[in-house]
Amino acid sequence: MSVLLAADVSVAQNVGFYIIAAAMVFGAFRVVSANNVVHAALWLVIVLAGVAALYILAAAEFVGVSQILVYVGAVMVLFLFGIMLTRAQLGVERDLNNRYWGAAIPVALMLLVVLAWAILDAFDDQTMPDPGGATPTQAIADNVLSNSLVPFLALSFILLAAAVGAIVLARKD
Amino acid sequence: MYAVNYLLLGAVLFSIGVYGVIARRNAVLVLMSVELILNAVNLNFVAFALMTSTIDGQVFVLYVIGVAAAEVGVGLAMVLLVYRNRRSISLDRLSEMKG
Repeated sequence: MSVLLAADVSVAQNVGFYIIAAAMVFGAFRVVSANNVVHAALWLVIVLAGVAALYILAAAEFVGVSQILVYVGAVMVLFLFGIMLTRAQLGVERDLNNRYWGAAIPVALMLLVVLAWAILDAFDDQTMPDPGGATPTQAIADNVLSNSLVPFLALSFILLAAAVGAIVLARKD
Repeated sequence: MYAVNYLLLGAVLFSIGVYGVIARRNAVLVLMSVELILNAVNLNFVAFALMTSTIDGQVFVLYVIGVAAAEVGVGLAMVLLVYRNRRSISLDRLSEMKG
């Protein structure tokens, strides 16, 4: 796979992808290995912002903006509130892992090997078409409000139920 | 751009998330690892939407983002409830339902 040398592949797009991907993989490692819960949350911001950047690189700019709004904006604030409400002391903590955390390494490695083998077997040397500009948001709106209208309504009810349920669970009665 | 770029990055993020779910004992960190897994899946959806030149993958990603937001809200409320009752959110101590 001479990825950077192929004639039908945009070099700038690939270089941008690899820079973002390296930052994301390192951030993901820090999320699962940091000894400080707040640091883990801040590394998660790197990963989520990188995912948003890759959406924009794949011409899905509305999804990318939604990712920043929902994940980097709302979900991270929820996480930080969760950390603050459930922890007495901030700072380095030594017992964030299970006793048998070492068993998770071969599980994750075997999963990665199987997934990578399947992906390379199915999609090796298959190039993506050049997107040729951003995806029009109108097309997404047309699809949401016509083909997948029922899932959209169901999602509305899920969000309503989740909001009410979270209030009921978390309030002090 | 090669399609395997996005798909392999999704696989790596997915595996790291699975490692975090298994290895972590802090409930908030487990929820963060679940977010890693969901984002890896979303990355694959966008890559497939670009490969097939359709828009269904992007719409599906929007739904997944919405469901993930609901999941985080309810999950953190449950973690908060566990902390209020147990003064601890270590998942390996929640063994009352073990037979």
